[in-house]
Amino acid sequence: MDFTLTIEQEMLRQSARKFLNTNFTNDYVREMWENTQGYEPEMWTKIADLGWMGLTIPEEYGGLGLTFRDLGVILHEMGRVVMPGPFFSTVVLATELIKMAGSEAQRSNLLEKIASGKLIATVALYEEEVEWGADGIKLSATKNGESYSLQGTKLFVPDAHCADLIIVAARTQKHVDVNEGISLFLVDPQAEGVKIELLPTMDHGRKQCAVSFLNTTVSSNEILGEVGKGWTILEKMLTRANIALGLEMLGGGEKVLEIATEYSKVRVQFGQPIGSYQAIKHKCAEMLLQVESSRSIAEYAAWTVDGNPHEESKSASLAKTYVGNMYRKAAAATLQILGGIGFSWEHDIHLYYKRALASEAMFGDTVFHLEHLASQWD
Amino acid sequence: MNLTMSPDDQMYRAKFLNWLKENIPTEVAWAEEDISEDWQTQAEIFRKFQRKLFDAGYAGIHWPKEYGGQSGTLMQHIIVTEELSANYPWKMFDSLSVGLVAPTLLSRGTEEQKKEFIPKILSGEHIWCQGFSEPNAGSDLANLSTSAVRMGDRYIVNGQKVWTSIGHLADYCILVVRTDPKASKHKGLSYLLVYMKSPGVTVRPIKQITGEAEYNELFFDNVEVPLDRLVGKENEGWLIAITTLMFERIMNEVSILPKLQKSLDRLIDLANNTIRDGQVIIKNPVYRQKIALLQVDVEVMRLNQYRNLATLLKGEMPGPEGSIGKVFWSELNQRMQETALEIMGPYSQLLKGSKYAKDNGKWTFDFLRARGNTIEGGTTEIQKNIIGERVLGLPKDAVRRK
Repeated sequence: MDFTLTIEQEMLRQSARKFLNTNFTNDYVREMWENTQGYEPEMWTKIADLGWMGLTIPEEYGGLGLTFRDLGVILHEMGRVVMPGPFFSTVVLATELIKMAGSEAQRSNLLEKIASGKLIATVALYEEEVEWGADGIKLSATKNGESYSLQGTKLFVPDAHCADLIIVAARTQKHVDVNEGISLFLVDPQAEGVKIELLPTMDHGRKQCAVSFLNTTVSSNEILGEVGKGWTILEKMLTRANIALGLEMLGGGEKVLEIATEYSKVRVQFGQPIGSYQAIKHKCAEMLLQVESSRSIAEYAAWTVDGNPHEESKSASLAKTYVGNMYRKAAAATLQILGGIGFSWEHDIHLYYKRALASEAMFGDTVFHLEHLASQWD
Repeated sequence: MNLTMSPDDQMYRAKFLNWLKENIPTEVAWAEEDISEDWQTQAEIFRKFQRKLFDAGYAGIHWPKEYGGQSGTLMQHIIVTEELSANYPWKMFDSLSVGLVAPTLLSRGTEEQKKEFIPKILSGEHIWCQGFSEPNAGSDLANLSTSAVRMGDRYIVNGQKVWTSIGHLADYCILVVRTDPKASKHKGLSYLLVYMKSPGVTVRPIKQITGEAEYNELFFDNVEVPLDRLVGKENEGWLIAITTLMFERIMNEVSILPKLQKSLDRLIDLANNTIRDGQVIIKNPVYRQKIALLQVDVEVMRLNQYRNLATLLKGEMPGPEGSIGKVFWSELNQRMQETALEIMGPYSQLLKGSKYAKDNGKWTFDFLRARGNTIEGGTTEIQKNIIGERVLGLPKDAVRRK
């Protein structure tokens, strides 16, 4: 039984922290907030040169062939700096789907491009009536000879505005078992009938879009996996996405606690550092309890992907529920401890708070994940 | 990271479970646990069973052979602790003697103290209690005033202790006393091992919120304690009192987790067997969410514990994660018991003895008992001070800095 990072993971963590602290400074993150693309190609290339884009991509496709736990080390560090840009969409969402379902040709083409930093990709899932399950996917794909025609709108699509590829979940068959009839289309954002609109969301760092399709034609060669069998793959990908998010949120919560603790030590009121007052001290202690507990579940969940796949789906729901709740509460508590400055745009705490809120609203809310756990009793 | 258990350890667990099946006392059914007022009988059952464990080589597993242990591995020790807790619902007879006194003596006791006391703790011959709190020294423990004055070859002890669990059944007591009244608070305290049948010791049970008397007041009236019953140095008892090292705390939590898991399983059963408004409670989405949230907490606590144990197994002391367990489990247990009472509705009021009571009133008893969890062994507030100051490095408040 061992919970610690391997020597290689510890080295990866250290170099990731150094790189991110140097390159994703508060000023830079805020710059990206204001940047309509949300990232800069030069920085993207820099990250690709580190091998991070292809971390879990097999070596035969130009990746490093490392484990999901290894990727988790980096995501954790990215959470600490509220990393902006399309890394998560590309390296977690799209890459996992392509790895799981892609044909040999699709894998070698797309994964190689992702690994080398030449392709930004995302996944379009949710629609106007958000449902976390398969029944939420209603966007229609109608067959016309050797191609399909997409019709409808996707919402909350992360980073679609800067993507070179959007993987769209659409319904190729209706009136069947709800989990059947969903197919995954590889769509070029430049294709005819695709309209992408940046949504004015709270968290400007991880930008989201509305993507609509007006008779957009996609060749049947551009389907990922089997026609009509997309949901099973999406579910697996969402499990990993939640685990990945768990680690990112852990990093955010850890950093937020550091901000609260530092401030409590130096801010003096009534002649004493406010951290000496139990009202503040106990808030910080409660945060530590939740951050450390988050560490246990988030790291465990990441380990299950390669270490114990039977537990993967359950641990994803555990991590999403517990760590999501921790991050939102820790950011709110820290905002409160900071007082007036915490309420300002100038202080970074709102970046974390908004990321926490955005993260909790992704890939299934708490009610959904608790019900997923409860369904095991039936 | 690797969380799998070695084949050897898995075999050891299977072997112990086999032994347990044959030897576990049948007198204590789950629903009776903690409710019987006959503590004396329960103590006897405990002593007999502890003796069996000792004879079979399942007591003090990773402690040295010369003190009655087995010199086995820490993992084996953990396995036995887990399975005992999951399968035998005894009262807290061993949590102090095996859980606290023996490890303290192992690290701080004299050779004679180790040889005299540890084997008797392991064989169930001695039950111990803990004389720390006083009427004017609760969270502010160092304010205690029970005195010990050296007279020739012994100390003369006078004073009063309170909230002493199983004091009425204990053979010995770990007692923190003031040996230097002139020294400032934390200095001037000493740590004694006191025989409870000594002349001048009076034990008065205190009836508690559950209706039973688990804890007691202890009165010391010129009680003589031989000098060789001092642990560590005179006036350095505070160090030993707070050396409830991380290790012991974590081992105690090892035995709490299986009980919480069991409570959760029973809670799901309860929700499956309770009908409200025409449907079983487990189908009610509000309760499903509440219970699932409890499951999240139990699973997270399990992983926190694995982390602690993994660190201990490597021979290191756990970091921050080691200090949060008490706050975590005590509040979780309260939430769990509260949910059970909500599920039972008006039945939650029924105590043992009513033919209408669910599980013989056990949930109600446990609910009331759980109120003590955030008070005993250091209140949640004191724990949070410790986390804030020792883990996060926040300053002490002005009054306590002086």
